[in-house]
Amino acid sequence: MARALINAPAKAKRGDIIEIKTLISHNMETGFRPDNTGKAVPRDIITDFICKYNGQEIFRAELFPAIAANPFLTFYTVATESGTLSFEWTGDNGFTATESVDITVE
Amino acid sequence: MKPAAAVVFATAVLGATAIAAEIPLADRKSGYEYMGRETRAMQDDDTANPGMLWVLDGEALWNRKEGAAAKSCADCHGDARASMKGVAARYPAFSTERGRPVNLEQRINICRAEQQQSTPLPFESKELLALAAYVGRQSRGMPIEIADDERTKPFLQAGRELFTQRQGQLNLSCAQCHDDNWGQKLAGAVIPQGHPTGYPLYRLEWQALGSLQRRLRNCLFGMRAVSYPSGAPEYVDLELYLMWRARGMPIETPAVRP
Ligand code: HEC
Repeated sequence: MARALINAPAKAKRGDIIEIKTLISHNMETGFRPDNTGKAVPRDIITDFICKYNGQEIFRAELFPAIAANPFLTFYTVATESGTLSFEWTGDNGFTATESVDITVE
Repeated sequence: MKPAAAVVFATAVLGATAIAAEIPLADRKSGYEYMGRETRAMQDDDTANPGMLWVLDGEALWNRKEGAAAKSCADCHGDARASMKGVAARYPAFSTERGRPVNLEQRINICRAEQQQSTPLPFESKELLALAAYVGRQSRGMPIEIADDERTKPFLQAGRELFTQRQGQLNLSCAQCHDDNWGQKLAGAVIPQGHPTGYPLYRLEWQALGSLQRRLRNCLFGMRAVSYPSGAPEYVDLELYLMWRARGMPIETPAVRP
């Protein structure tokens, strides 16, 4: 599976605004690049990203060919309760990757 | 750069300079210092630095059994955080097996072929870059320390000669840019001093991790000079000279560069 790095606080105070950073390995082949023979290399990109907080969707992004390789997404949410932040990337050719981290809210 | 512009550049900037002089040790700067705030932030945060994705791959490879010997790197070297600490900071180093200096990738491949009894990994392959990044990461922050070794002296001298020798259709030497004109602009970009402190590193232009040899090939291409095949002794001699030239500067692997 693709490597991913998540940076989210393990602990937060209720009501805190927390920053979440995600980085995943993916070539993000645009579909416009010619190979050595002049033929376009077929598109192979991540198309969707979803973050859920205790099962509830809090952030979603659609990705397109202009996005660089190894997409880095950062966003914010409000720490409401202890639980799990889960992340899911999906894309061309059946690409899927998931990660999750725990957060304690006091 | 357009050919006409290149000629103007070569005569106006470089033609005026006399002989290459080595940069005084105290004036040396890593390419990091010329980067924008955002790119520096990317390098500084391990969860934003894409090079760390290769380091993670390297860690998995370190622990994977390979070859006819069915041994992992860890079976012999144990915890890389201890056994590989400072290793990358002193490569290229003399190899008795090869009778000449080898760089870190070649040293890893010697273990791969002779200790694991497996096939050497191709240069610039994802796996070799990952292992080099993982081993290199263990030296982050440590000063580059090229051994004062009689056996490597002739190779260091050969590297220095390559660095100062004019070559290619533009008839430029590495030293004309990196010793004499660092800090000036070449088109929109600042000319760095050319210290190999962070390899293998993640170049935004490559959108991937790449080796020092890949970077050297880019420069030779820019000079319209003939480049060498991967792993060629000329590259290793140049690497050795460049690391010696950067002695004492801290390792940044995996660095990020524009
Ligand atoms: C069967 C045991 C064995 C295995 C497996 C092995 N090595 Fe080694 N490695 C050695 C020995 C022995 C040396 C040489 C020590 C010396 O000559 O100083 C060495 C040297 C090295 C060095 C140079 C260390 C230095 O201080 O200069 C590096 C780097 C290295 N190995 C990396 C690796 C990597 C990466 C792998 C896995 C791909 C690996 N080795 C697998 C036994 C092994």
